[in-house]
Amino acid sequence: MPSAAQGAFRRLFDEIGSVDAVGLEERVAKYGTRSLKKAAKLWGLNRAVTMVDLTTLEGKDTPGKVASLCAKALHPHDEASVPPVAAVCVYPSMVRHARRALGERAPVKVASVATAFPSGQAPLKTRLGEVQAAVDDGADEIDMVINRGAFLAGEFAPVQDEIVAVREACGRCALKVILEVSELETYDNIRAASFLALRVLRTGDFIKTSTGKTGLNATLANNQVMIEAIRDFYLETGRAIGMKPAGGIRSAKQALTFLVAVKETLGDAWLTNARYRFGASSLLNDLLRQIAKEKSGAYQPPYYFSEAAESY
Amino acid sequence: MNRLPINKTPKVYVGGAFIRSESGRVFPLKTADGRFVAHVPQCTRKDLRNAVEAAAKAGPGWARRTPYNRAQILYRLAEMIEPRAAELAEAIALGGATDEVRREVAAAIDRIVYYAGWADKYEQVLGNVNPVAAPYFNFSVTEPMGIVGAIAPAAPSLLGLVSLIAPVIVSGNTVVALASEVSPYPAVVLGEMLATSDLPGGVVNLLTGFRAEMLSTFSTHAHLRGLSAVVSPEERKQLELGAAESVKRCHIQTEDAGFDWYSASTESVYAIRDFLEVKTVWHPIGA
Repeated sequence: MPSAAQGAFRRLFDEIGSVDAVGLEERVAKYGTRSLKKAAKLWGLNRAVTMVDLTTLEGKDTPGKVASLCAKALHPHDEASVPPVAAVCVYPSMVRHARRALGERAPVKVASVATAFPSGQAPLKTRLGEVQAAVDDGADEIDMVINRGAFLAGEFAPVQDEIVAVREACGRCALKVILEVSELETYDNIRAASFLALRVLRTGDFIKTSTGKTGLNATLANNQVMIEAIRDFYLETGRAIGMKPAGGIRSAKQALTFLVAVKETLGDAWLTNARYRFGASSLLNDLLRQIAKEKSGAYQPPYYFSEAAESY
Repeated sequence: MNRLPINKTPKVYVGGAFIRSESGRVFPLKTADGRFVAHVPQCTRKDLRNAVEAAAKAGPGWARRTPYNRAQILYRLAEMIEPRAAELAEAIALGGATDEVRREVAAAIDRIVYYAGWADKYEQVLGNVNPVAAPYFNFSVTEPMGIVGAIAPAAPSLLGLVSLIAPVIVSGNTVVALASEVSPYPAVVLGEMLATSDLPGGVVNLLTGFRAEMLSTFSTHAHLRGLSAVVSPEERKQLELGAAESVKRCHIQTEDAGFDWYSASTESVYAIRDFLEVKTVWHPIGA
């Protein structure tokens, strides 16, 4: 790392403090030991459903696939007591299809990744144009990626300036800032990037772990670094920013463990989809499966929940 | 020089790995005269759930294998058991294998070979080209059901277990089996032999523990498509009532001291058919 970058990071860490990696990993390992049963488990599962950003981000997405995703988002299960999810998350070109499928006053929001997702490697003008297009097509939320290259080079001002530019382009839409933690190398860097984003975000905006397009995605430890940054920032400024782990959260058990981390770090105020989301595609099916198990007492097969699993 | 004894920790074979119960519980295994042998995993309904997940993962790949290959693999299993037959006999008898026990092991090996032979032949017997009064070919072909639960009789602990497992897996099903409660050790040893055969991990999953703790989950778990069990009349009723909810296919024998497990009449292609689904296809002639 060049010395200018070293200096920039050192000054930032002097302000925000660094992360005790060993203590952090020990702490998050304990979250898995909480015993959630019966009513508490059912509450947690239902709450997790309301926090899901049901996502499809594939080259083969079609308007029809997005429409069926929206139908699932509104009514995840035959069981009427299962709530709708928080949002559907799609590429900008699919926003208008999602908006049409959900209707104008839907309980489910339309989130769109923009700013040359997932790499972010496009001219700023192009990225802002993409945001504007998604907003014009009816998106409620915009997921942007930060400029990791500039961040790792210690050029924090351009990183923040870009976030501000996108925030302005968003207008009234909520903004989610993807840090892409797997490319930030260390917990300290994740904390630093979190603070850079937090300082320019508005109440109701989010920071988000990953694009889901790289090898390593949301882990309990990365989530913990970020929610601790949110907590410290909230105590300092009174601005409550939301959190969205994304990628790699596939089982209901994992989701409950993440909720435990949120409750024990940020408190009950963050156990709502206005402040906490899961970016996931297969998580919802497992949540529904476990809800059905809690209600019926019988373990359920995955193919009852629109899971492609051959005859098995 | 005196060496410290190095005793084996019995573990169950699930998903191709040797595991303890998730509960950490064990129960003591003793010889007929009360001498302590080892602590055996006391598996729970959660272990059963995990075993079903492992079976589900292994299932599609196993079902896609050619019947010829499944025959080879089952025969390979028999080959792996044969040179270790004495060890299995010892596991059944726990201190002093008798001729009777050796006969049981030999019968279990032969049973595997018997069903291995059927692997690429049962379709000719059970499938059919049906005569129809229209210009169609009409075929009935068989498909494996999926994951089958097996509850082995108390005795004969090895032959009973093998007799339930072999006809189920030969067609491409996977199995989660609960070993004899009074004699679980042969299942532990059998697991080690399964691991060295070419059978993919997860096709056969063996649990040890108490029936009373796992019976209701065996019956209600909706991912288990069938049940093959040898149990008491009361347990049979419980299994069938629970299985009705998910419309599970049940083949349940009542435990009967007089039943002859060695008899050739216990081996049959119809034991394979018990856990097959028949699919009938209409195909226009000339198209």
